[in-house]
Amino acid sequence: MEIGLIGLNHKTAPVELREKLSAACTQTGPAVEVLKALPTVQETLFLTTCNRVEILFTAEGLDEAFKGFLETWSRDLHQAPAELQGCIYTYRADEAVRHLFRVAASLDSLVVGEPQILGQIKEAYREASQSRSTGVILNRLLHRAFSTAKRIRTETGIADHAVSISFAAVELAKKIFQELAGKKVLLIGAGEMAELAAEHLLNNKVAEIVVANRTLERAQELAHRWRGRAVPLEEVPSVLVQTDIVISSTGSPDLLIQRSQVKAIMKQRRQRPLFFIDIAVPRDIDPGVNDLDNVYLYDIDDLQGVVTQNMAARKNEAVEAERIVQEEAVKFRTWLNGLEIVPTIVALRQKLEEIRLGELKRAGGVLQELTPDQLKAVELVSQSMVNKILHDPITFLKRAGNRQQVSEQVDLAQKVFNLNPNGQPG
Amino acid sequence: MPLFFFLLALSLYLLGTAGYIAYIVSQGKRFAQGGYIILWAGFAAHTLAIASGYYGTGYFPVSNLKESLSFFAWAVMGAYLVIQLRFNIRVLGSFLSPLAAIMMISSSFLPAPSGAVNPILRSFWLVLHVVTAFAGNGIFAIACLAGVMYLIQESRIKSKQLGAMSQRLPSLETLDGLNYQCLILGFPLLTFGLVSGSLYAHYTLGSFWRWDPKEVWSLITWLLYAALLHGRLVSGWRGRRSALLSILFFLVLVFSFLGMKFLVQGYHTFSAFQQR
Repeated sequence: MEIGLIGLNHKTAPVELREKLSAACTQTGPAVEVLKALPTVQETLFLTTCNRVEILFTAEGLDEAFKGFLETWSRDLHQAPAELQGCIYTYRADEAVRHLFRVAASLDSLVVGEPQILGQIKEAYREASQSRSTGVILNRLLHRAFSTAKRIRTETGIADHAVSISFAAVELAKKIFQELAGKKVLLIGAGEMAELAAEHLLNNKVAEIVVANRTLERAQELAHRWRGRAVPLEEVPSVLVQTDIVISSTGSPDLLIQRSQVKAIMKQRRQRPLFFIDIAVPRDIDPGVNDLDNVYLYDIDDLQGVVTQNMAARKNEAVEAERIVQEEAVKFRTWLNGLEIVPTIVALRQKLEEIRLGELKRAGGVLQELTPDQLKAVELVSQSMVNKILHDPITFLKRAGNRQQVSEQVDLAQKVFNLNPNGQPG
Repeated sequence: MPLFFFLLALSLYLLGTAGYIAYIVSQGKRFAQGGYIILWAGFAAHTLAIASGYYGTGYFPVSNLKESLSFFAWAVMGAYLVIQLRFNIRVLGSFLSPLAAIMMISSSFLPAPSGAVNPILRSFWLVLHVVTAFAGNGIFAIACLAGVMYLIQESRIKSKQLGAMSQRLPSLETLDGLNYQCLILGFPLLTFGLVSGSLYAHYTLGSFWRWDPKEVWSLITWLLYAALLHGRLVSGWRGRRSALLSILFFLVLVFSFLGMKFLVQGYHTFSAFQQR
């Protein structure tokens, strides 16, 4: 039995191909029928996201399984297997384990460190385990993948740095204010990015969102959505006194907020910090306000700069994450090796126990004449003989170190004692 | 015995400092948690060193610069350990523990003057005066460090070059809050230290106030901190201004602590504590 993985992702295949394949490759879809034609495949998990289609499986003989999956895919996509080959990657045994860990920890994602992928794998696993297509090995493997991803998330900074403009703005706000709960937000103008940033701020439990817009209807519409308040543009200066975070994104060709204005407002605010996020082009807020004490201004280029820095930082953290992946893959391999030893030991013990009980039964007539104490002694003697005989072979099996040794020794023990732990005719 | 405990405390402080430096470099939480426990152990050893010194000689061990510097380190460390309980700003330890360790090392290299000690140092009032004044100093040291951290973080944010340092430091609001709390806590202690010292002088030397240079500088320090606290409470001096002033005033405080030793003479100077 071996673990294999076949798939394609955003790096190897164009989006049209991924789309077509992901439609064909679902847990309950036609792919399940295909599995019946591949009897050597034991456990399977289909993982389809917008960036990848992968099949994780266990099988006797990986080559046959890879070939089988490739043929099905080429049928589904109406492409010759040779043509498809270029877009597809396959991983065997430990490579497959490492690949899954990397995917789960978002090291293989388009945006390294993005958090969605783990949820998608969890969902895929839930579906697979509901349809009972996973077994002992994949169950364990998936749980290890989840805990590895969690470990990487806590031990490295892979997810610490915001890599979208709107998240970067929220991260910055937290560098200034620590807690956003209770803070007041003013949105000047509306646009996709501004609304996104406002949504993120709301998720961080800001107290109130005030919307100012050239057309009051649009402001009211947004204010209604966020249970906030709409004000006309003229009221912005007075609202500023009460605000902590300003997101500005109007189409105005001129500056809306001047340095001198803000300076006066800061006095009224008794110097409480004020954070301007100016995502308008051309800009709405006088760049000079950044020089004022307790006033912080980030425009769209600044935010883009932060995102670029963060991307680089994530790449650095990924090095450490790769090390954790290696470590966890080794742990999984150790478990997998143990898995093969354990059934062999169980079968061995069972066989000797059967012999013992069979022999006692055969001598049944003679034993009936013994006193209960004597009978008990015979029982004990036979049991301890079995245990003594078992001791050396079990030690021999458990001593095996690397994978090669395990297979060889398990094989040897099974031959010597004529065992077949998996119940198939040996 | 005092020497043994002193060296034990110094070793533990150095070990704790190593832990906190490992923390700021690697950001592994365990380093800071380990370092914090080690610093507590070091603080306990330091306390024993001071207590056994007091018990052995019968005077409170602040009679010379060597002892005073060690006691200052004790106050700074104690203030940090308690403040950490409440604020949980781990990275503060990475700034503070090296400071305490340097003070301890400097103290260990200073010579210990021999000779009998002025009986003035045997009174309980003196202990009260010294402990409260130094506790205030220790807390102002943390206000100063909070100010340093604030200025670093602020310059990172304003220059839009966030980087590793910004990531490791707490938010501006947290640092400003720490600065404020330290001023609120430290000021009454300093006040009590000055008042108890003045009362003590009245009972032993016959006058509340003698225009001794150290007294004058202490009063100046007190006035500066009073002005800062007033500015914070009334005029909204916060953030950068408060951070800068906390650093500046702490330098004045250190000057009034050290400068007196080297520049001027008065009954507060250590040489006056030694009987000739």
